[in-house]
Amino acid sequence: MADKIATREAYGNALAEFGDKYDFVVLDADLSAATKTGIFKKKFPERHFNCGIAEGNMMLIAAGLATTGVIPFVSTFAMFAAGRAYEQVRNGIGYPHLNVKIGATHAGISVGEDGATHQCCEDIGTMRTIPGMTIINPADATEARACVEAAIKFNGPVYMRFGRLALPVLFDRDSYKFEIGKGVMMSEGKDVSIIATGLMLHAALEAKELLKNDGIDAEVINIHTIKPLDVEMVAKSAAKTGAVVTAEEHNIIGGLGSAVCEALSETCPVPVLRVGVKDAFGRSGKVPPLLEMYGLTAADIAAKAKAAVAMKK
Amino acid sequence: MEKSMLKELSNHATNIRIGAVTAVHSANSGHPGGSLSIAEILSYLYFAEMRVKPEDPKWEDRDRLVLSKGHCAPGLYAALAEKGFFPKEELTTFRHIDSRLQGHPDMKGTPGVDMTTGSLGLGVSASVGMALSGKIRNKDYRVYAILGDGEIEEGQVWEAAMAAAHYKLDNLCIFVDWNGLQIDGPTAEVMNSAPIDEKFAAFGWNTLLINGNDLEEIEKAAENAKATKGKPTAVICKTVKGKGVSYMENSVGWHGKAPNDAEYEQAMTELKAQLID
Repeated sequence: MADKIATREAYGNALAEFGDKYDFVVLDADLSAATKTGIFKKKFPERHFNCGIAEGNMMLIAAGLATTGVIPFVSTFAMFAAGRAYEQVRNGIGYPHLNVKIGATHAGISVGEDGATHQCCEDIGTMRTIPGMTIINPADATEARACVEAAIKFNGPVYMRFGRLALPVLFDRDSYKFEIGKGVMMSEGKDVSIIATGLMLHAALEAKELLKNDGIDAEVINIHTIKPLDVEMVAKSAAKTGAVVTAEEHNIIGGLGSAVCEALSETCPVPVLRVGVKDAFGRSGKVPPLLEMYGLTAADIAAKAKAAVAMKK
Repeated sequence: MEKSMLKELSNHATNIRIGAVTAVHSANSGHPGGSLSIAEILSYLYFAEMRVKPEDPKWEDRDRLVLSKGHCAPGLYAALAEKGFFPKEELTTFRHIDSRLQGHPDMKGTPGVDMTTGSLGLGVSASVGMALSGKIRNKDYRVYAILGDGEIEEGQVWEAAMAAAHYKLDNLCIFVDWNGLQIDGPTAEVMNSAPIDEKFAAFGWNTLLINGNDLEEIEKAAENAKATKGKPTAVICKTVKGKGVSYMENSVGWHGKAPNDAEYEQAMTELKAQLID
């Protein structure tokens, strides 16, 4: 596999790459070095607009641009895109259903040393409550690149969630087929379904290996699009295995775990256990110990999978 | 301004007032005071200034108007109906469950509405985005926004003001309806936003202070804005809230209250008397 690369880096690279092929502009709020839109700015300085440290205003500038047919990508940290500017996104982009692409970086605990004020584990939750919002949380650089192009071709508001941590590349850039709203069957199994998103897909694949030692055959599904959720794939897998574990780098309230519970309670009620941040704020630290402290490892997923299997009737 | 034009625009302003009060009366809710204070601004923009096509409301090269103080939708709807974007009869559906005239402007539902507004401070930022788009695509349309003097208490207004000056958006002109009243009382007492002109000037705007109920002063300001290069223009408009209906004028209570049937009849009598033959 190639070197590790963060999804934010892949996002910046994708903007620069697709800038040749598609007509769009990029807005940032004084974080272009961190969000990596600076990569695009270097190549297309006349199409990159710094809005300064004023995220609410930036969201509506994007909305205004979108009313004229321009496609804007808007970038800042997830905390400020989905937190501080929630109301602007809700009323200014979501309600008029404007064609704005929000590229939110530094999502989740894996921000690391900056600590709780910058570790946004609530963004999927806030964005998911906005009618008509599409939410994509890519798991690696290939998916991050693919979701940028898919967002350009898609008509409507899209929230893309990128991370700071460098990750292994899971998917082959040339052959990977990305479709908004479609889950990806990573590995079939019969005893328990592990439904993972973003960073946690890597841990989910590791957990499958760990579970083999206990004689448990886990199915692993990658959900890159949290909204609209691929209910069909999730329900089909739940019906087959009879037990589900969700895994996300997000509060267990409001994110993928909630979305899966909502879907399965209506289509295929089975035990669902959630791996995620347990309704807590983050803290400063290096990423690997943080992930351990907050229960976001392969071992945590495996333990929950065993518990879920035990809950089957 | 020629006398015939002045008469025409004055009558449009009065018709906008009649339409706005009628809409609020039919809904038995809504915001008459701030709709009446901006009738001359709306009349001038729609009937003397803006290039729009009522038969093609989404025309790409049109001038744009963002009603950033979105609660004054009755005024905007009355102006759009007066201009022919939809039938005037529709004004009596305002705020009704099957109407396309929502309590606050909805660009997806109402012909002629250029931006969805209602949450204060958001519209002006959208107007900055529209003006920026015009600059980067070399379009010659102009963008107008109408703000309230209470609205500018929102910090986002000043984020937008900073950005518009930074990007030298001389295709943007905003009108601040300085009627001096907001829901909880006089603006000077609730949260003093004065001096408004000096604030915008300090943010790098071309700033004008006028009587916002005087059509000739509005014309001069709009012409000044068009002639100003390299910076956006803020026209601070001293107005009378509730203008044209005696019992509503300068009254805080008429910010967001509908007239009863008797009050409505009186308003219609007073307003119709203001039409010039």
